[in-house]
Amino acid sequence: MSSLRGSAILEAGVITVSGPLLVFSVYLLFAGHNQPGGGFAGGLVAGIALLLAWVAGGMETVRRVVPIRAGVLLGFGLTLAAISGFASMFAGLGFLESGYLEFSVPGVGKVKVVSALAFDMGVYLVIVGMALGLVRVLGEDETLDAEAAS
Amino acid sequence: MTWLLPSVVAVPVLGAGLTVLIGRRLRLQRAIALSGVAFVLVAAVLLLIEADSNGAAVAQLGGWPAPFGITLVADRFAGIVLTVSTAMLIAVLVYAMAQLGRDALDWWFHTKYLILTAGVALSLVTGDLFNLFVGFEMMLIASYVLLTVKTGPGEVRATMSYVVINLVASALFLVVIAFTYTVAGTLNLADLAVAFQTLDPAVRSALGLLTLVVFGIKAAIFPLFMWLPDSYPTAPTPVTAIFAGLLTKVGVFVIIRTQTLLFSQDEPSTLLLFIAGATMTVGVLGAIAQNDIKRILSFHIVSQIGYMVMGLGFLTVAGLAAAILYITHHIVVKTGLFLVGGLVEAEEGTGALDRIGGLLHRRPIIAVMFLPLALSLAGIPPFSGFVAKLALLQEGLALDRGIIVAVSLAVSLLTLFSMTKIWGGVFWGETTEPSVPAARGMTVATGSVVALSLGVALFAGPLADLATRAAADLVDPAVYTGLVLGGG
Repeated sequence: MSSLRGSAILEAGVITVSGPLLVFSVYLLFAGHNQPGGGFAGGLVAGIALLLAWVAGGMETVRRVVPIRAGVLLGFGLTLAAISGFASMFAGLGFLESGYLEFSVPGVGKVKVVSALAFDMGVYLVIVGMALGLVRVLGEDETLDAEAAS
Repeated sequence: MTWLLPSVVAVPVLGAGLTVLIGRRLRLQRAIALSGVAFVLVAAVLLLIEADSNGAAVAQLGGWPAPFGITLVADRFAGIVLTVSTAMLIAVLVYAMAQLGRDALDWWFHTKYLILTAGVALSLVTGDLFNLFVGFEMMLIASYVLLTVKTGPGEVRATMSYVVINLVASALFLVVIAFTYTVAGTLNLADLAVAFQTLDPAVRSALGLLTLVVFGIKAAIFPLFMWLPDSYPTAPTPVTAIFAGLLTKVGVFVIIRTQTLLFSQDEPSTLLLFIAGATMTVGVLGAIAQNDIKRILSFHIVSQIGYMVMGLGFLTVAGLAAAILYITHHIVVKTGLFLVGGLVEAEEGTGALDRIGGLLHRRPIIAVMFLPLALSLAGIPPFSGFVAKLALLQEGLALDRGIIVAVSLAVSLLTLFSMTKIWGGVFWGETTEPSVPAARGMTVATGSVVALSLGVALFAGPLADLATRAAADLVDPAVYTGLVLGGG
């Protein structure tokens, strides 16, 4: 893999692919309520985009793409997911029971926002944070970087 | 009160998220961890009270009715075990703060501890097989990381066997879940109990055996226990103490739950009684051969699991009540013994019996705390172990199962023998090496566990009544299914 570092083809390929991948991951997050997808799948796809960024540019690139500590993402996601469970209880529903708002946006049509989305977003953040942590812990290997430099 | 049941899992998860979010602020992390576990304890007590008056607290997550949604059930049995477990989680957390505070080595300790708490709580209150898997995995993944807190080649080697064996067990568990879903079309425990009544008996016993193997590995019963005495003693004391007190007992809890609910029989199970006898005997023989406090105590975990399985093997109300009583007593006593072992290690710098001695004169308080716990483990009256053992023996004699009664009595005697070995090695004799006093918080935490174990003995009467009511629910699966499906 290290021999591929700095390859123009790889870099161009990664740049082309990772943008759509991130967009797709957000699509999965929102589509997950009634269709295949959801926070877990979306987070994994975003994680793949991060891994690709690491393959192409090493830790430098990953740090530029996500200038946040992995722990913050993980912690925020976990907190959000847990709070979303309690939030529906305060709204008078059961734990984790999903409430929804329906309204129409001009030009788009009827939009339905479900409270389960907050839970899915939490999961998404946890998975992205985990992927980031993995890349940081396993990817910040000096021997690998030295190999790449040589 | 429907919010109370999910919150025993959700609050520790929330706390875990917050401890990561706030980063390296030790005081704040400790405050979050303590209040999270304390909340679970209060909730567990309230749930137990509710379960005892209504039969069980049931919650259907997301508002989907059973058997379609995720069901959480805290009946009397789950309530008892959850309450005792969280009490131990708090005591050990205080102990860990006093001990690890000195070198403040691990910023993620509280996060892992809270996830462990959530996993234990979920495994105890879950009402379906797949969430049981999730709960176990939360608990185990936290435990993998906790075991390697103090990393060195020895710890990693010991943890490797623990991780590999538990992964194999988890994979097997998934297979069992797949099989169960294939034959029954549901994973909700209450729904399964109904579906299994009309199932081909051969398929049912095959699934029962597979389930027994899966949780037998987790609970460390004979012959699936070899991973335990190897991996537990290498971890830091608070970690070992909580694993010893809780993890295997959650395995026993699930064995009792599944064997009574899904695979119930009308007569005592000779297979379970044989396993019980073999587990006790092999465990205690292993303990006698050891020469280190923590290793001796680790083998005793295995040995004591045998007594719980023995209570289950009788498959009667009195037998199960004795098993529940035994679990309650054992969680407290075992955690306490490991904490005492940790105190000795902290003061002397080693747990090897031949290198320490004379602690009775220098630190009598440790000896005072060790004595009731050790005698309780051996089942000497009037301590808590005696009550539980007496109940087991009475039921064994009533059912005319003389062999297992004789075996359990002999094992008690050997337990006492190996406790005297620790006593002689640690507290009597002379020592040459100077000792360092352990942190005050460690002693206080250990003392409160000892007090709780004396409390179990003191309130043995009401506890035995409660355990009998819990056992009566277990013996008749219709009670559980009625609570979950009917009352839902």
